[in-house]
Amino acid sequence: MIDFSKSAGFNLIRRHRAEKRFQWAGRSAIFISLTFLVVMVGSILMDAAGTLRQTQIAVTVDLGPDAVDPDNIAGARFGKILKSALRAQFPDAKKRKEKKKLYNLVSPEGSFEIKRQLIANPDLLGGPQTLWLTASDDLDLFYRGKSDASLPESQRRISDLEVAWIDTLAQSGSLRRVLNWNFLTNGDSREPEIAGILSALVGSLFSLAVCFALSFPIGIGAAIYLEEFAKPSRMSDLIEVNINNLAAVPSIIFGLLGLSIFLGYMGMPRSSPLVGGMVLALMTLPTIIISARAALRSVPPSFKQAALALGASPVQAVFHHVLPAAMPGMLTGAIIGMAQALGETAPLLMIGMVAFVVDVPDSILAPATALPVQIFLWADSPERAFTEKTAAAIIVLLIFLIAMNLIAILLRRKLEQRF
Amino acid sequence: MSVHLPITAAAILLALAAPPALAREQINIVGSSTVFPFSTTVAERFGKSTDFKTPIVESTGSGGGLKLFCAGVGEKTADIANASRRIKASEVRLCADNGVTEIVEAMIGFDGIVFANSVEAAQINVSLRDLYLALAKDVPTAAGTSQPNPYTTWKQVNPSLPDIKIEVLGPPPTSGTRDAFAELAMEGGCKTFDWVKALKKTDKPAYKSLCHTIREDGAYIQAGENDNLIVQKLRANPAAFGIFGYSFLEQNSDVVQGAIVNGVAPEFEQIADGNYPIARSLYFYVKKAHVGLIPGMAEFLAEFTAEDTWGEDGYLADKGLIPLSDDLRNEWAKKINGLWLLDM
Repeated sequence: MIDFSKSAGFNLIRRHRAEKRFQWAGRSAIFISLTFLVVMVGSILMDAAGTLRQTQIAVTVDLGPDAVDPDNIAGARFGKILKSALRAQFPDAKKRKEKKKLYNLVSPEGSFEIKRQLIANPDLLGGPQTLWLTASDDLDLFYRGKSDASLPESQRRISDLEVAWIDTLAQSGSLRRVLNWNFLTNGDSREPEIAGILSALVGSLFSLAVCFALSFPIGIGAAIYLEEFAKPSRMSDLIEVNINNLAAVPSIIFGLLGLSIFLGYMGMPRSSPLVGGMVLALMTLPTIIISARAALRSVPPSFKQAALALGASPVQAVFHHVLPAAMPGMLTGAIIGMAQALGETAPLLMIGMVAFVVDVPDSILAPATALPVQIFLWADSPERAFTEKTAAAIIVLLIFLIAMNLIAILLRRKLEQRF
Repeated sequence: MSVHLPITAAAILLALAAPPALAREQINIVGSSTVFPFSTTVAERFGKSTDFKTPIVESTGSGGGLKLFCAGVGEKTADIANASRRIKASEVRLCADNGVTEIVEAMIGFDGIVFANSVEAAQINVSLRDLYLALAKDVPTAAGTSQPNPYTTWKQVNPSLPDIKIEVLGPPPTSGTRDAFAELAMEGGCKTFDWVKALKKTDKPAYKSLCHTIREDGAYIQAGENDNLIVQKLRANPAAFGIFGYSFLEQNSDVVQGAIVNGVAPEFEQIADGNYPIARSLYFYVKKAHVGLIPGMAEFLAEFTAEDTWGEDGYLADKGLIPLSDDLRNEWAKKINGLWLLDM
């Protein structure tokens, strides 16, 4: 006779231990990957923190009628006004080199800032005025303690003379740190203190809008036809194999295709988000088609059969009953494809979007760049202060990605039907 | 309702695309990533201080840029190509084949290539010959033959150098900096062997392969095109050396120091005077047919050649460009603004 109670407990302790071991292995896998993620994001966040605020410097400039003509504010020579104001503040700068260092305390943007402040507020005219101007990147790094003043002078970006000036400025309250909105409202610049992310952000938005508008309807159309209407044949097998292959083609190939067809043959404007979006659409199409087909396949066949049995035409059955049920899955696939497209730089190189673009693009035909390109360009810049900008741009890209994924989740929740 | 989403998206796209394609309003510049920081600085100031739109500057590399530049004449093609080397005869032919017959050459300044290590290690004093012997794949022997590079430490190369492993981080073969380093430093050291110098006349390909080929046994590490990365790696490893552009040394002088090469330190004045041996000229090329066609071309050239821009105290010098001498600047400004055609 078989002793069931014994057999049921056969190796019970060992099996429980194996279960525990597996669970712990799983937990430690999650722990390790989380640690990596925290270290990575943490180090980026620490680098990016410097971008949050920027240093400003108070300069008393002469805005009397001799310097600025009240009827023609834009015509005044603000560079000269700023330089003479700095010389008046620090008369000890006599030699040419010293003067150059003195002018370098304020960002080269300073003279344009005076002009903008005056045009916005003409009441400032008529005499000496103390204006807050953006400080140069060297001053900013030193003031925040990012450059080491204890090193020998020859190894520092900032000389003893400049250190003395900055100390004087700091003691007289002529330096302050304010929130750096410029980073979000400016386009790219070669001066780290005024470089901003907006042109790249808008470029990415436009490109993705074009990409989505093209790849989503086309991809879903192709998927519906292949899954629901196409008769199984050698041709449809061939198409399926090709779509799966296309999903694995390196993205630079799509850039080359865009260069020869969209730019060369169709004559579309170079560096424009329109072409960028079209190239990215080509790249995301296979992903969208594959995920859309999987979503259609996951709808129970009884939906379609019931509709057909009640007299609906095949098109009605698909569009009224199968497609709405498959939509959440399709959207998820599309968003994953778009997220991939957001991070691409390789195909953009060929079509001219790896570029220095200052002006914020106002249409999909204007020259633009993209977020990952901006990160790449800043990471390659010699100026030390761009390190922080690079980290901040990565954070912006991550937030963009999280926002996209959040939309995907919300849409899925909203559209999901239980069956 | 969800089915209407693609239709709505398509409608938005149409609305965005509504303005018709207009004539290009801004200058389009392509080319070298070494010239990129300078070209973009001028472009930005030009856009801010004039009524013209800010030029678009693409970083494509010298070769890629000149290829785009030579693709033809007209709004769809680039107006200016930056190059960290002179245009090649083959590229001039390609240009001519595509109708770009009138090219204006502009030399804008120098760029020093530094051989640097961490400030935590001692500064070293090397000759071009030491650099060549340490980095070449095959090295010449006194007997007039070549042998695979036997050196593993700097002391073996030259007894006056420290006894540390040869470990050099440098750019990959696609980089213009690598080409310039091979041509100026490697070849410069290679030529110091008399029989190799004689070889140049008798068998040029053999001479070039002996002098320009960098070793592939792990002593030379390709660190990618990003010079900031090399600086970071040098900081972490004081025994290693790196090869990168002068502007990165200037910005990171608290972390890295340049080696003295042939008795000359990589300093601003020394490079400008032509004493530092590893320095190259930087160029850009202008399509003459586009001056007048694209708004602001002549004004952009004037801005670039202004003393405030490329002069000794100009803003490009702040960005790390080593300016031309006064005479050269006058001469080139005349050629550039007078749109003198390229003379090969």
